[in-house]
Amino acid sequence: MSKTLFYIILGIITVIAPFAFPAFQTQLATLWLMIIVAQSWDMTGGQMGYNSLGNIFFYGTGMYVAAVVTIGLVYPVGEYTGAAGGGIYTFTPDEYFLGMALSIPAAGIFCALCAFIIGYVTFGLRGPYFAIGTLGVAIAGGEMVSNWDWIGGGQGISMPSYPYNFDQFKTVIYFLYAILGIALFFFCRWLYQTRFGAAINAIRDDEGKAEAMGIHTMRYKLIAWAISAFFVGAAGAISAFQLIHFEPLETAYQTINLGIFMVVCVLLGGKGTLWGPVIGAVMFHVFKELTWNYFLGWQWVALGALIVVVVVFFQDGLMGYLKYKRPEWFGIAVDTKEAKV
Amino acid sequence: MSTIIDVSSVSKSYGGVKANTDISLTVETGGITGLIGPNGSGKTTLFNSIVGYHPIDEGSIKFEGQEISKKLVPEIARLGLLRTFQQTRIYGEMNCVENMLISLPHRKLSLTDAFKKNTRADRDKAEQFLDFVGLYEKRFLQAGSLSFGQQKLLEFAMALMNEPTVLLLDEPTAGINPTLINGLIDRLKRANSEFGITLFIIEHNMRVIMNMADKIYCLAHGEMLAEGTPAEIQDDQRVIDAYLGAH
Ligand SMILES: Nc1ncnc2c1ncn2[C@@H]1O[C@H](COP(=O)(O)OP(=O)(O)O)[C@@H](O)[C@H]1O
Ligand SMILES: [Mg+2]
Repeated sequence: MSKTLFYIILGIITVIAPFAFPAFQTQLATLWLMIIVAQSWDMTGGQMGYNSLGNIFFYGTGMYVAAVVTIGLVYPVGEYTGAAGGGIYTFTPDEYFLGMALSIPAAGIFCALCAFIIGYVTFGLRGPYFAIGTLGVAIAGGEMVSNWDWIGGGQGISMPSYPYNFDQFKTVIYFLYAILGIALFFFCRWLYQTRFGAAINAIRDDEGKAEAMGIHTMRYKLIAWAISAFFVGAAGAISAFQLIHFEPLETAYQTINLGIFMVVCVLLGGKGTLWGPVIGAVMFHVFKELTWNYFLGWQWVALGALIVVVVVFFQDGLMGYLKYKRPEWFGIAVDTKEAKV
Repeated sequence: MSTIIDVSSVSKSYGGVKANTDISLTVETGGITGLIGPNGSGKTTLFNSIVGYHPIDEGSIKFEGQEISKKLVPEIARLGLLRTFQQTRIYGEMNCVENMLISLPHRKLSLTDAFKKNTRADRDKAEQFLDFVGLYEKRFLQAGSLSFGQQKLLEFAMALMNEPTVLLLDEPTAGINPTLINGLIDRLKRANSEFGITLFIIEHNMRVIMNMADKIYCLAHGEMLAEGTPAEIQDDQRVIDAYLGAH
């Protein structure tokens, strides 16, 4: 089967799925969200070897940017949040869709800028210190926002609701995620074949060597994280529209849920591979839904057990296992007898 | 000939260990300069100081007339002053061609060039240099699976790919099969004469360096012991004693 045919079939499934299984539309939308955050995480975690535990910062920040932009286009934000649902604030369909069209890219761009600034400090840290440092940023971000009354403080903030019927709303959200996810996938597929892609791999494999060879390590690290942050921020913006009301600690800057899930997805599927995060997100999402439905009360235990098993026994994930078992599928030459130096 | 690297009165200590004391030397443009000395005499330390690996305690280091002793490793590498490692550093998970392509001179790439794929010409160049060091047949093998000597050759090829002005080689023949050393000497000389790369070579093996260098410096106990042409160094009693004393 040719690759193009494979992509076409996947594309058709993507378009048909929400109509074929309307009851699962929200589930499928969440799966796309997982794919996006996992794929973005892998850009720095898998491809560049910098394991961030703070990418959820961009998700939360993306949500708030979406809210501020969408509301701010029509009403003063402080007045809107101050009323806390008390006043009558209506949005016309035009205002709603304009907010959506502007705020999703704005969230991405704002988060990319944040990554540049935060990265300038945190990329001085290596290994576990980077992971903890970025986690600190995410926790601090959540705390800051929950103390900032202008955007609703700890109460959170409400987005305008979708102007037409609810079924259509779910479909729109699904396709927003799907389009972003597909764009991200093909963007990565291209990016990892460029010299930039090779350079971030070099940083992962031996950053000291990369520096000694004159690679612009800091510049490339910042760019990689900014790209990653762009997609997470844009996904956060879509989530803001999807959830309608959200608050800072449990939803936006949810470090222990989505913030960790994205890492687990990548570990399950295989770090540093194009398909690993996608496959891992599917595996994780299925596992999570099954445990949440059939082991309610024990779901966190099951999830914790899964994380331990993955980290201890399958660090390289499914793709890593396949690479090891079937190197020829990945174009890795193993040995040649004619070789003589 | 003009001076390309000018080290003057450089000292460096690690805690109590004085690894380099008041070292001065020059490397001439277009030549092959040798740095010898017994194990632990401070050769690698001096290389590390030149390429910005650690701050020096005293002295000055100039490259093409510009003070570089306060610059960072990647900045110095981007000036065209490159080094290889005594412990050999290659990207073990990637194959040889990929190792070569990553070594393209990024200082000559604009940001938009960095977001392009490698060209046919880049690949040809990679394969040419792999052929030059004798690794062409192994080009698609994972670099980590090569023998230590082959990894050294790969690291040398990667350095050439980077088009340096000056290449600092830390014991390029160590760990290389003795039957291949003559071939390597020949390639080092050709890198100098054909590609015009100025070489500054740390070498433990006296026979090797005598064969290549036009000027040799000898360190002992972190101090400059002697300098001169290979013939002068070979006959220098202090050098002979230092080497004999070290064994
Ligand atoms: N990172 C380090 N920390 C402490 N001492 C070091 C370090 N590197 C080298 N030394 C010491 O400095 C001296 C010179 O070492 P080095 O420059 O590696 O010598 P050479 O390359 O000539 O064998 C030795 O005594 C060595 O033990
Ligand atoms: Mg040494």
